[in-house]
Amino acid sequence: MLRYTLGRLLSGILTVWFIATATFLAMHAVPGDPLMNEKATTPEIRQNLAKKYGLDRPIPEQYIIFLGNMLQGDFGLSFTQQNRKVNDIIRDHFPVSAALGILAITFAAAGGILWGALTALYRNRLPDIIIMFLVILGISVPSFVFAALGQMLLVNINQWFGTSVLPVAGWGSLAHMLMPSLVLGLGTMALLTRLMRSSMLEVVNEDYIKTAKAKGLSSQRIFFKHQLRNAILPVVTVLGPQIAAITTGGFVVELVFAIPGLGRYFVQAVQQLDYTVIMGTTVFYGAFLVLMVIIVDIIYGFIDPRVRLK
Amino acid sequence: MIQASHWYGLNMPQRLLLLLCMLFAWSEGMAQSVDAASGTVKIAIAQEPPQLNSMKATDQVSIFVLGHVMEGLTRYDRRGNLAPGVAERWELGDTTAKFWLRKDAKWSNGDPVTAHDFVFAWRSVVDPNTASEYAFILYPVKNAEAINQGNMPVTALGIEAIDDHTLTVTLERPTGYFIKLTAFVTTFPVQEKFYQARTEQYAADAKDMLYNGAFTLDSWVHSASMEMRKNPLYWDAEAIKLNAIDADYITADTRARLNLFIDDKIAYTQLDGETYKDALNNQFRIKKFVTGSVYFLEYNYRDNRITRNKNLRAAIQAAFDPEEFVNKVLQTPGNLPGRSLFPTWIQGVEKTFREEYPPPEVKPDLTRARALLTSAKQELGLEEIPPLILLVSDSPTATKQAEYMQGMLKTRLGLDLKIDVQTFKQRLAKMTSGEFDIVGAGWGPDFDDIMTFGDLFASWNLNNRGRYVNPEYDRLVRVAMNSSDPKTRMDAMSGLQSILIEDAVMLPMYEQGVIYLQHPKLKGMRRTVIGSDPDFTYARIAP
Amino acid sequence: MNAPTALTEADFEPSPSTHRAEQLSRPSLSYWQDAWRRLKNNTRAIISLYLIMALAFFTIIGPLLWTQDPAAQDLDQISQAPALPKTARLVADYVPWQVPISAEHPAEPDDYPDRLDPVTDFRTSGIATTQSVRLTWSPVNEAGGYSIYRSETRPDGLMGLGLPLETVSGGNILGFEDRLNLKSQSYFYSIVPTDGFDEFDVVTTIQVNPEQSITQSQAILQGLATPEDLPGQAITLAFHPFGTDYLGRDILARLMQGAQVSLFIGVVAPLIYVLFGVFYGGFAGYLGGKVDQLMMRFADFVVALPFLLFMILFKIAFGIGPGESGVMPMLVALILLLWPGTARLVRGQVLKIREQGYIEAARLLGGNSSYLILRHIIPNTMGVILVTLTFAVPSAIFTEAFLSFIGMGVAPPTPSWGSMCNEGVKTMLSHPHELFFPALFISITVLAFNLLGDGLTEALDSKMRSRDL
Repeated sequence: MLRYTLGRLLSGILTVWFIATATFLAMHAVPGDPLMNEKATTPEIRQNLAKKYGLDRPIPEQYIIFLGNMLQGDFGLSFTQQNRKVNDIIRDHFPVSAALGILAITFAAAGGILWGALTALYRNRLPDIIIMFLVILGISVPSFVFAALGQMLLVNINQWFGTSVLPVAGWGSLAHMLMPSLVLGLGTMALLTRLMRSSMLEVVNEDYIKTAKAKGLSSQRIFFKHQLRNAILPVVTVLGPQIAAITTGGFVVELVFAIPGLGRYFVQAVQQLDYTVIMGTTVFYGAFLVLMVIIVDIIYGFIDPRVRLK
Repeated sequence: MIQASHWYGLNMPQRLLLLLCMLFAWSEGMAQSVDAASGTVKIAIAQEPPQLNSMKATDQVSIFVLGHVMEGLTRYDRRGNLAPGVAERWELGDTTAKFWLRKDAKWSNGDPVTAHDFVFAWRSVVDPNTASEYAFILYPVKNAEAINQGNMPVTALGIEAIDDHTLTVTLERPTGYFIKLTAFVTTFPVQEKFYQARTEQYAADAKDMLYNGAFTLDSWVHSASMEMRKNPLYWDAEAIKLNAIDADYITADTRARLNLFIDDKIAYTQLDGETYKDALNNQFRIKKFVTGSVYFLEYNYRDNRITRNKNLRAAIQAAFDPEEFVNKVLQTPGNLPGRSLFPTWIQGVEKTFREEYPPPEVKPDLTRARALLTSAKQELGLEEIPPLILLVSDSPTATKQAEYMQGMLKTRLGLDLKIDVQTFKQRLAKMTSGEFDIVGAGWGPDFDDIMTFGDLFASWNLNNRGRYVNPEYDRLVRVAMNSSDPKTRMDAMSGLQSILIEDAVMLPMYEQGVIYLQHPKLKGMRRTVIGSDPDFTYARIAP
Repeated sequence: MNAPTALTEADFEPSPSTHRAEQLSRPSLSYWQDAWRRLKNNTRAIISLYLIMALAFFTIIGPLLWTQDPAAQDLDQISQAPALPKTARLVADYVPWQVPISAEHPAEPDDYPDRLDPVTDFRTSGIATTQSVRLTWSPVNEAGGYSIYRSETRPDGLMGLGLPLETVSGGNILGFEDRLNLKSQSYFYSIVPTDGFDEFDVVTTIQVNPEQSITQSQAILQGLATPEDLPGQAITLAFHPFGTDYLGRDILARLMQGAQVSLFIGVVAPLIYVLFGVFYGGFAGYLGGKVDQLMMRFADFVVALPFLLFMILFKIAFGIGPGESGVMPMLVALILLLWPGTARLVRGQVLKIREQGYIEAARLLGGNSSYLILRHIIPNTMGVILVTLTFAVPSAIFTEAFLSFIGMGVAPPTPSWGSMCNEGVKTMLSHPHELFFPALFISITVLAFNLLGDGLTEALDSKMRSRDL
């Protein structure tokens, strides 16, 4: 197990290196000058900026310098958030996104597993049909709608009370996180609901369930001990990358709820062609993703001993 | 926290829910958007300022914050007139300016603000190593341009500290509006000692700055909040009524900000075409304000571009109805139909420039437009005008306006437009390299003089993206630049206004107006075209 | 060896079968035949097929039946809610109005007054139409100007006066013309006198119902009238059954045109990348070990690439010019970048399934890898595959909309459901129909694929056979 994990970590580092290299090349291949701004500047000023960020050097040299700095865990200064280190940006804003993301994933997983199991138990009956319609509605309108509606709901709640009961936007306490994380988790919840349903239905006719029934186990026990546990694998598979995605990419939710998360930096960096932030966030996301995938693979073995990875 | 009286006003389920919510320990949010007792006003800002280094700041949010926490030689008073700032008084000669600094102006660390702080800041601004995008603001100062281009040492800049409290400036040429420049962010002082101790880190955080304005930046949580507090060391602290300006929310989403306003969490928010109806439904008193920016289309005059053809441009001009555009496409009140490059607020000799020198009138006239197009086709030797490429940014408003132009030109003139939507940097790259026929542009004033718009189409201006070259235009700009006589200057500007419209050099679309909401108890918040907008410096809260 | 007994041909005749049990009573069905048969019996699958047919009809035949130009801007009916055809009065082309100015009343008061009287005689001048509403009033003593507001509900006191249309500076100016996006509905115009700086708290309000109108030149441009038609005549305006958008474009026509982009991207891209992901994940999971490691690390690599950056690259690589449709590079990019999700999910399932008894049995019976994967493993992961497929449809539709918004997808004015949705979101409270219709069509598409997915799962899953039969 230890050897396996170490091997995985090593291959993970290689993966991250590939990600960094590909992104580095793509970034430089995209047209547009990261140092250009709305107001035109003189060539002299541009040159000085290029020197400051090391963009006056040939690209292979820039790559070597980047790799060297990356190995020391230093991604340099942001181009747009001038005077801020990319490391500081990640350090300041990732915890926010992560807190929000973890709560969102908790909502999504709890809701998804519950609704999924419910729809499987009531297959083709009313609860199943209602939940399916909700899921379809949920994935057929842009996430922005739910963010806006969620926020308006908060405003209405506060108006009903005549005082601020829940914060409409902002950051700072658990109360600030409730609605944004609920909205953020909706998409994943919908996916997990459907996945759980379909995988429960596959399990429900397995021989071991029949055996369990035959030997007289209570239906609750069958449900928890056999069905749920056997059906949860796809949920776990999806959760790994989803955690990485949700904890870094809640751009819309961050915008609407004025949350100082990392998501906006991800989106803005590419649009602004902020080289250092693109590299920093991509490498960070890549590493995080790889880590989550390793964890999922290890969890596989615990959930379902039949899964052998080696 | 919840007041007892409020508690008793609630019914049982409300009480239970309230208790539940209190479990989350959310109490500071109970504060209202304005609080007369503590003199606090809460606001939201659209985005995180990229930096707060006054020498390099260019964006609206940075200028907004800096305008409250720092002060230049001059400032604007509550009525919007130029007033003494760090300088108690001044004298403007033909090519010299002398400032007497007040002795009680202090930095937030207690040091006095001296003439040397200005010398250091101004030299740094024009120093090419600083790479300040706004260095051109100081170009009226002697040798500034040459220094900025790396041809002279920074010490050659025409600024000198006679002593701690006297500053003389030598100008490159007579500049009537020079004093107005000294109220602008780029010219604010910076203490050399403090700056050298920080260098790269300067103004990256609240503690990495020195303040000499009416407020200080008390805390800056990146992307989350910026809190300003009244500066007790400010020389005119008595005139400042607010104790705190808390920007507790940073979001560019107007609907989110409207929701915060409805919830009484912020005291001011701007509306747009999409949210104003929701504001109306809430029975708020809506206000309007002209921002001072003009929006227009620029044509490409590089070789082999068909937009070089005057009749083609004139045909587009005659087909376009700015009033229809403002009323049907922009849909919010406050916008003015575009008639000129110069906005209505620009000062002329005595009244506004536009009152004294009305631009040549262009009536939307479809018959004339079609005739012009026919002659354009003849001149170009083309059966059909090939599709024109309209380059726009990826903002919802820009795309919407481009779609209107596309449909309008198609139905009225049979002209095809291809809309090239590009993200920020890609659009700039294409603008610079000239890969467009028409490009959407907007221009906001950098300083309070007609020249901030006037030289936009001068052949040497780097912001003249279409490379329009007209010796007569250049001559008129030079005339206005080298004169301090208002009449001569305005006559020249009127001449180039006529060129712009009669030759259809650019197509004015609209002069931007905005509508906004303001808490009824918040008084004295000043909207301003130049500098820190909105200005809360002299705001107060009615009890 | 002894000479064998001579055997005749007859000895090799099979004896007559007496076991009827061995006889197949039903026609032999292959797996897929069986699946098809059961799919046909599945009500939900049949409903979904009808839905898909209806969508295809809407997309392909629709534009032939509803021939309005999806790009035509009807500026007289901007953001029009769904309604029956409207009639409008034909009016002469707009001529600017000379605002009445009082000769005897001073422009500025001599002194700042303490109080001002409310404006009297506030009324419309001429007929109020959706082209313009002209308001006049009598001068107020000592006033230095007037502010005019417009509201859609009757204002209650000083709040809710509505939109601040204009502040005229000059007590002698006695008229104002409103042309701001007028609709044929009730408006409440309020006027407040000022001393030149501040408004006074006295309001005069009138109600105005502008008449729907269209100018002659507009009517002729739209082909609704001929030059012979005279002002005053009633004209039937263009009919918009689903209403119009923010530029007065017909939503029904835009939905039909948008369907071409959205259904193409929304169906083709997911089908291809999910299929690829299934095989990729299937092989990785089945082969396991080093190959699995290598393949899945590559999948991780693809997921972590910044999507937007690579989209820009794809567009350049395809040489798509400005204002041209980038649907093909977008399709390629979606396929190249989005398969790993499915691959990972299928691999996870395969890791579990390949250890099951029946796989072992099939392998011992000599089934090769491809056979095992195609025949046994993939059909058993069909449930999750179909779920990912149905989720991929809306996500592809919205990805297209996002990419089009930043200039990577289809060029304006070509609509797509996703971009119509995104536009509609902004005005979802004031003009809900602009969001509702595109969202409805996306929902129907997703519903169709969900039902089909459910139907297929049940039809393909051998373990469920017993239930259905």
